[in-house]
Amino acid sequence: MNTIKSPEESRKVLDTIFSDLTRSITHKDELTRFWFFILIMFAGVGLWGWIIQIDQGLGVTGMRDYVSWGMYIANFVFFVAISLIGFLISSALHLLKISWSKPISRVAEQIAIAGVALAGIIIVMDMGRPDRFLNVFLHGRFASPIIWDVTVVTTYLTISALLFYLPLIPDLALLRDRMTGKVPAWKLKIYTILALGWKGNPEQYKTVYHAMRILMILIIPVGLSIHTVTSWLFAATLRSGWDTTIMGPYFVAGAFVAGAAAVVILMYIYRLRYGLKNYFEDFHFDYMGKLLVFVSLVYLYFNINEFLVPGYKMKTAEGVHLQNLFTGAFASMFWLVQVAGLIIPILLMLIKFFRKPLPLTIISVVVLIAAWFKRYLIVIPTMEHPFLPVQNVPDYFKSYAPTSIEIMITLFSVFAALLIITILAKLFPVITIWEYAEEKGVDKKYFSEQPKN
Amino acid sequence: MERNTRRNFIRKLGATVGAAGVVGGTSILSSCNSVETSSGDKIKLLTSSGELVEVDKSQLTPAEMPNLSENQKRGREGLPGRSWVMVIDLSKCRNARECMKACQNHHQLRPEQHHINVLQMQDAEHTAPYYMPKPCQHCDNPPCTKVCPVNATFKRNDGIVLIDNERCIGCRFCIAACPYSARVFNWFEPRDAEKYKGVTYNIEANVPQKKGTISKCLFSADRLRDGKLPSCVSACPNGVYWFGDRNEDAVTNGTTKETVSFSKLIKDNAAYTLMEELGTKPRVYYLPPKDRAFPFEGDLIEHHS
Repeated sequence: MNTIKSPEESRKVLDTIFSDLTRSITHKDELTRFWFFILIMFAGVGLWGWIIQIDQGLGVTGMRDYVSWGMYIANFVFFVAISLIGFLISSALHLLKISWSKPISRVAEQIAIAGVALAGIIIVMDMGRPDRFLNVFLHGRFASPIIWDVTVVTTYLTISALLFYLPLIPDLALLRDRMTGKVPAWKLKIYTILALGWKGNPEQYKTVYHAMRILMILIIPVGLSIHTVTSWLFAATLRSGWDTTIMGPYFVAGAFVAGAAAVVILMYIYRLRYGLKNYFEDFHFDYMGKLLVFVSLVYLYFNINEFLVPGYKMKTAEGVHLQNLFTGAFASMFWLVQVAGLIIPILLMLIKFFRKPLPLTIISVVVLIAAWFKRYLIVIPTMEHPFLPVQNVPDYFKSYAPTSIEIMITLFSVFAALLIITILAKLFPVITIWEYAEEKGVDKKYFSEQPKN
Repeated sequence: MERNTRRNFIRKLGATVGAAGVVGGTSILSSCNSVETSSGDKIKLLTSSGELVEVDKSQLTPAEMPNLSENQKRGREGLPGRSWVMVIDLSKCRNARECMKACQNHHQLRPEQHHINVLQMQDAEHTAPYYMPKPCQHCDNPPCTKVCPVNATFKRNDGIVLIDNERCIGCRFCIAACPYSARVFNWFEPRDAEKYKGVTYNIEANVPQKKGTISKCLFSADRLRDGKLPSCVSACPNGVYWFGDRNEDAVTNGTTKETVSFSKLIKDNAAYTLMEELGTKPRVYYLPPKDRAFPFEGDLIEHHS
């Protein structure tokens, strides 16, 4: 924390920070409208695809009786994965008193909320009978890992939303007090309601700190469970490729890789679009690059365990599955994901140059795309090779290829996630203003001052 | 009440196999001839083997169907005191596929949906290939019912693993969990959906099938309730199937109607269960394909996974 400044300087610093960090809210141009148009259009097209699927049945997908889980489940795992970064950055690092990650917390929480919300939506879209969704609550059997997943996903969404909201309350009060005339009345009304009459006295801050700390601790077991339980959807079966005890930590490590890459990309977009060069600074990218290297190395370690050990033995069913990945139909995807999506990024990011904002963002895009394909590789190849031969069915039952409906619905999920993030960024500052200002040495008492004009 | 229920049951099984309702072609015709009062009105019926037969209208009695909730309730409980088992003699199977046809008719399945599937197997590179009918194994430690989030698939007291497609949400976790690929899904509107529209759901036959839900072999639980053998067992022309009650230690052959001791049959013939190392404890036993009196005529498909 910097040294305490004079009242005038404090006010000036606060004003600058406030106007910089609310640029995302006040900023309006053609590009914003165009972006919203694109998002809503693609999300709408995807929803239309879902309507076709409900009408005609899940047969409009490439899934059949043998490969009965496809791209939707890969999407589900992907969204759960990227949402886990919220727990790492805004809880684990905070509790370890690592301060550089503070301005990134809200970016991570945006991704967490969007990711986990879409995970929940996509799993409903995968159901044969979404109209019977309530059966999960009416007839839920707690022995089923799906019920565990429903439980932890909803808990994680709740805690993530609270972790987003609580530090936002003082910001909302700032927005309420300072944004009159700069934003439409409905936005101001939202700020007023959500600010809950915040006055900024020490007891209120104490309550927020206290509640945040409880949530940060609570989210650790919940965050770990959400992806561990998701991995158990696979590990709880007897199928080769899924029937492995490493699945839990393997998924968690992979989730941090995907999520950290997503955070880097979003940071870069905000930095560029909202002129936040002095907020998402070069050193933030450098540290995020180091974090990404670290989690990628952990993930690489799990990958070596996951493939080398069974590959050494080549047990019958396991051998067929691994052969399919190493040299068979999925070989090119498998090696691209492992080499271009994991090994090369690790090597590059060890060099300081590649941890600069632009190179790191490009690497993160590659890592994130590879992370999606990695989920595809986890779900589909295993299903293509059941224990017993696949016979007396049409040829297209034997292997899986996604249909246009599945691609439409996948695009929906991606654009709907981006829509949630965009709405959050357009409504609320992308960095916690009061925390940041305090970090820069502005005393809390200036936050509740009414601006002079 | 009859004292010797075991013998009574077996007699009943033998006598009623292939008769009544939408089953067993020849027996329906012969029973029609013996009836004197004939209204002259004929009605066409489809037998389990897919044959079209004509039956006098006066011979038809409407099937008594309990209402849905009653059907679901008794369907969940199962037949008291029973413990169904199946023995499949691989040395007899010559791929006639009558079991598959009968099953698809009984359960209103599309051609690509199999509750029972006759697979061409070869265990190792140089061993003799053989045909293996594969129904649901009705495991005593079923991986599928464990993972069902809504209790739509469950294990009954009589050993049958059943499905309630009025409750199934279509998550397909059970398909992923089943190592025997025994489950199918209704990816589209089921076969003859228009025809069976409005028909009350019968949980023990899982008909009418429903779009977006799971289906699988049920050991023809509806026929067992009527004292009949499962459709596949009755339809087999080659004496492959034995079916019966483990509690009574008796199984009846669907073709010859011969009844033997279950324990002796599986002991004398070194019966085994599929992938016993998985610990699923199947209720379907296989007799090894030894001394086969027919050549293997299929194409050997590269498969072993």
